Amino acid sequence: MAENTQAQTLADTPLSSTAIIAPILGWLIPGAGHFMLKKWIRGALLSISAIAMFSLGLAMEGKIYSPNTGDILDMLGFVGDVGAGGLYILARMMDWGRGAIHLATADYGTKFIIVSGLLNVISAVDAYHIAIGKKQ
Amino acid sequence: MAIQLTHFSAAVVFAFFASIVFGITQKNTKEEMMRYGAVLLCSVVIGIIAAGWAMALLRYLAGR
Repeated sequence: MAENTQAQTLADTPLSSTAIIAPILGWLIPGAGHFMLKKWIRGALLSISAIAMFSLGLAMEGKIYSPNTGDILDMLGFVGDVGAGGLYILARMMDWGRGAIHLATADYGTKFIIVSGLLNVISAVDAYHIAIGKKQ
Repeated sequence: MAIQLTHFSAAVVFAFFASIVFGITQKNTKEEMMRYGAVLLCSVVIGIIAAGWAMALLRYLAGR
């Protein structure tokens, strides 16, 4: 009953500009959505996690996927990578992450980069939930 | 400069960062976040060790 009332209240609340900007900013710069909402420690931890995983992935010579219409796993890899937002754009601009197929650890690196993007999307959604008041 | 991590260390680093993000995003209070993150990290590390021993056992049995 209480949950229904809360859901109804949230549905009736008009979408504020913060609720739109926070997740977009959080996607572009990991942790920035939480910083915008003055959740400094959470933002810092999320930022460090996403950036560290992305950097470790690159350091392990992981591959950055480009937009493609080939194999389904390649397309999903691209979707995961794009989740990293600004980090992905920077990596593409600097031509990082060419992948080294002769190294076994490069495959781990590729997975680190993809998961970094997926975790960043979860963080951006969390920033949205805080912005609309669903979470404190 | 390429970092060469072992399968185990890569999995632990992966679990560490994933636990932080899941702890923060899936729970509401600070205490719940810390507890959930710690439980998640411990569960994954124990799971990795258990899976490693299971594979070693399989290898041993296959070699007999």
